[in-house]
Amino acid sequence: MRTALFVTCFNDTLFPGTGRAMVRLLERLGCTVDFPLGQTCCGQMHFNTGYQRECVPLVRRFTEVFEGYDAVVTPSGSCAAMVREYHGRVAEVAGDTRLAAAVRHTPPVYELSEFLVDVLGVVDVGAYFPHRVTYHPTCHTLRMLKAVRQPPALLRAVRGIDLVELPSATECCGFGGTFALKNADTSVAMCADKVRHVLGTGAEVLCATDNSCLMHIGGALTRLRTGVRTLHLAEILASTEDEPASAPRTAEGGAHR
Amino acid sequence: MTASFRSAAREEVLARIRRAVGGSSAVEQRYAQVPRGYRNAGGAQRPGEAGSPQTVALFLERLADYGASARLVDASAAPSAIAEALTGRSAGTVVVPHGFPEPWHAGLAEVRVLGDDPPVGLDALDTVDGVVTTAATGVAATGTFVLDGGPGQGRRALTLVPDYHLCVIPADRIVRSVPEAVALLDPVRPLTFVSGPSATSDIEMKRVEGVHGPRTLEVLVVAAEPPPPPPGDHRPIYDPAEP
Amino acid sequence: MNGTTFLGMPAFPRAARDALGDAQLRRNLAEATRTIRDKRDEAVGELPDWEELREAGRALKEHTLLHLDRYLLQFEEQVTAAGGTVHWARDSAEANRIVADLVKRTGRNEVVKVKSMATQETGLNTALEQAGIRAYETDLAELIVQLGQDRPSHILVPAIHRNRAEIREIFRREMGTRAAGDDLGGAGALGDDPQELAEAARRHLREKFLRAEVGICGANFLVAETGTVVVAESEGNGRMCLSLPQTLICLAGIEKVVPRWQDLEVFLQLLPRSSTGERMNPYTSTWTGTADHDGPREFHVVLLDGGRTATLADPIGRQALNCIRCSACLNVCPVYERVGGHAYGSVYPGPIGAILGPQLRGTASPVDRSLPYASTLCGACYEVCPVKINIPEVLVHLRARVVDGKRRRPLPGLERLAMAAARWTLSSPRRLAGAQRMAAAAARLVRHNGRIRRLPGPLAGWTDARDLPAPAPESFRTWWRRTNP
Repeated sequence: MRTALFVTCFNDTLFPGTGRAMVRLLERLGCTVDFPLGQTCCGQMHFNTGYQRECVPLVRRFTEVFEGYDAVVTPSGSCAAMVREYHGRVAEVAGDTRLAAAVRHTPPVYELSEFLVDVLGVVDVGAYFPHRVTYHPTCHTLRMLKAVRQPPALLRAVRGIDLVELPSATECCGFGGTFALKNADTSVAMCADKVRHVLGTGAEVLCATDNSCLMHIGGALTRLRTGVRTLHLAEILASTEDEPASAPRTAEGGAHR
Repeated sequence: MTASFRSAAREEVLARIRRAVGGSSAVEQRYAQVPRGYRNAGGAQRPGEAGSPQTVALFLERLADYGASARLVDASAAPSAIAEALTGRSAGTVVVPHGFPEPWHAGLAEVRVLGDDPPVGLDALDTVDGVVTTAATGVAATGTFVLDGGPGQGRRALTLVPDYHLCVIPADRIVRSVPEAVALLDPVRPLTFVSGPSATSDIEMKRVEGVHGPRTLEVLVVAAEPPPPPPGDHRPIYDPAEP
Repeated sequence: MNGTTFLGMPAFPRAARDALGDAQLRRNLAEATRTIRDKRDEAVGELPDWEELREAGRALKEHTLLHLDRYLLQFEEQVTAAGGTVHWARDSAEANRIVADLVKRTGRNEVVKVKSMATQETGLNTALEQAGIRAYETDLAELIVQLGQDRPSHILVPAIHRNRAEIREIFRREMGTRAAGDDLGGAGALGDDPQELAEAARRHLREKFLRAEVGICGANFLVAETGTVVVAESEGNGRMCLSLPQTLICLAGIEKVVPRWQDLEVFLQLLPRSSTGERMNPYTSTWTGTADHDGPREFHVVLLDGGRTATLADPIGRQALNCIRCSACLNVCPVYERVGGHAYGSVYPGPIGAILGPQLRGTASPVDRSLPYASTLCGACYEVCPVKINIPEVLVHLRARVVDGKRRRPLPGLERLAMAAARWTLSSPRRLAGAQRMAAAAARLVRHNGRIRRLPGPLAGWTDARDLPAPAPESFRTWWRRTNP
């Protein structure tokens, strides 16, 4: 199976540690991934903000870059959802039938936890992470991908982990892309409640399948000096006795390879 | 307002609709394609379910959930149960619509009965102690009974203005689900679906029973005369474990 | 004129900020929405065939909308045959004029009203007042809003933003002593127990019900096959208005029609469980035209377009017309829960309001342009919608409409410039890598422990309350190239 990693523009620039953890984890599981260097962005920010026209070249690039692979795996529930739900719409709105056909031939795009559990059929990935962790299901992973059981199943199988339930877990953290800027007050009010719930669990680490939401909640956690850090699921699953996910010196988090 | 003014609006709205979605064709076939994978679609009944002990038990339980007092009585005990209910309310005058089943009239012996013939005025209705009716059908799953203005039910104001409503329903009129009831009802008649006493949750979403409609609702389900049990059969007719 | 926004309404973010600062409002909303969410979950969880019911509800609504002309004509024919009269209104002003004329013809100057979103939308009460007709709202929450000279903030519970103490004050001030119960025990006798407050409303309205000659209602469903009108309610105020007056006028949107009587078997299961979280609401009334010896002698239905046909013309946006006004989407919306309904600027708040308002009214006003953005696209609304309206999909679709509207302006705004720059950068991996290097270099100047704590301009909205991670010194693609030569 030829598998490509779609790291997403956001992780590429701000959270490369997550991408490195993905590569390490998948290689450990015997799955070789390729990183086609022509990749950039799925167009989600433009699309969700109303700039659908601007998405057209991004969608076209995506279809070209990943053409011929058997599967694409990405460390972002919302980017996976964008590709699956809306790339066809972008082509349709643009009236571009060739692009629409290309979108239909895009290989299946999986969020990491789906890829591990549903495609590779693994739940125990051999990870070791002796910390108290709470998991926030991000909205698009939960409601668009409906990847409800995969991330908790993967986390429960991690050795040494103390996985604690997050109260009101399914409630949105208030990120919402440009919502966090356009409706900053409401966004912060939602984030404050999420932070309150996270702190209530006594967890050291907040885990999710989207670094964008983690950046939002984490931005408040560090601003408030809570001492709680955020880690993408990939980084916890990549962590082993030999190569632990170290306490990050920088906000990008994750171990350096 | 003139007729032409009205029809100009009518023609324009219809034209706008047709511009938006095109004209209608093959409507019947398309309607038939609506997926109906839910239970009892079209009012399909399982034999023996209407009025069964299980159905009646569910009906009573769901009514009680909404704050209606509801119980099952034998046919022979129906008049005394009616009398007891009215005595319990210290009712002196009640409205009983025309057609209320004859066998139950014995239960009304101790009260003054207004028959709504000639019609009782609204002010009088507002001062009577209650109303006693039967109902067209009952829905167990939702604890609902439906009044259709038929015999023993009367016009809608009768079950609305008095503060107390005693509804007496033969068990065999109680069906299991909403689709079954919808299939039995006649839309030409004015219908009222009643599920518990009037209520509101408008203040802090806290449910309060009793607003403008009758504040007290009491329901008696009258069991059909049981057939004599076959000799040697001691199975209970109602198994509470079954939902 | 189609339904308007509240007068002088600011864009959503500013109105939301004011609401967020109101501690009492936040508490009232959090309590109320949590209560109703739990009730709804329990009621829905009881039905093993809920998903099949939702799918049938969606399909029925979609089918009806595609054949709306036919079903409306059938409805009109049936109502007329049953002794009623059907009127058509292109917009709110026309609908209000028709209703006012019908009331005037009865020679009365008072009407009792059942809670109705359509009459809220058209601003009927104000129009009647201008025609010298006094409208009495009879639903408890509507009464609280009317007496408090307030605005509705929820579809089902318009006074959800008020708590018992505030309601007690409004009643004491507005009802006069008799209804407020002061004659029962002297001044201050009316307590704040919901039971007592409901009792006060009963006393206040009793006389009006018994004397009412004209009733005005909306409709939950109009059945084309039979000409039947369906009104669901809880308090009995609806039954009072529907069955005691001599004249009844129903104002309903054209999208309320359903094909057949049988279809109620779906909607009578979907609506109450989604709306009040009950298996069935206390009272549902159905009637067909007029009946001998029972209820009004004269019956009118006014069918309102009011922007619905324009909404219908949009293949993606038209699903908003599936709405059965249950308000489940409001109760689960994290944005609504925090800011309440007033910030949405019209009688349709919450997620459904954010997609319905800008379609019914257009996107000319600042608040209507901001509504499609009043959501994180979390999808909780879509998950509970009993007729499966994909609200996030429509929100994003309407955002594109707002943006495309702005493209006609000669000078692009800051956002448009930023989006164009981002498109240019992201269209090429080479340009993206260059931008990553530049960002990392710039970040070295402003970051502190890998975090950015203060940014200028519109980005300050983020850093006012949240740190931002600095771009990594080495991007993923650079690392990959270095380690996979």
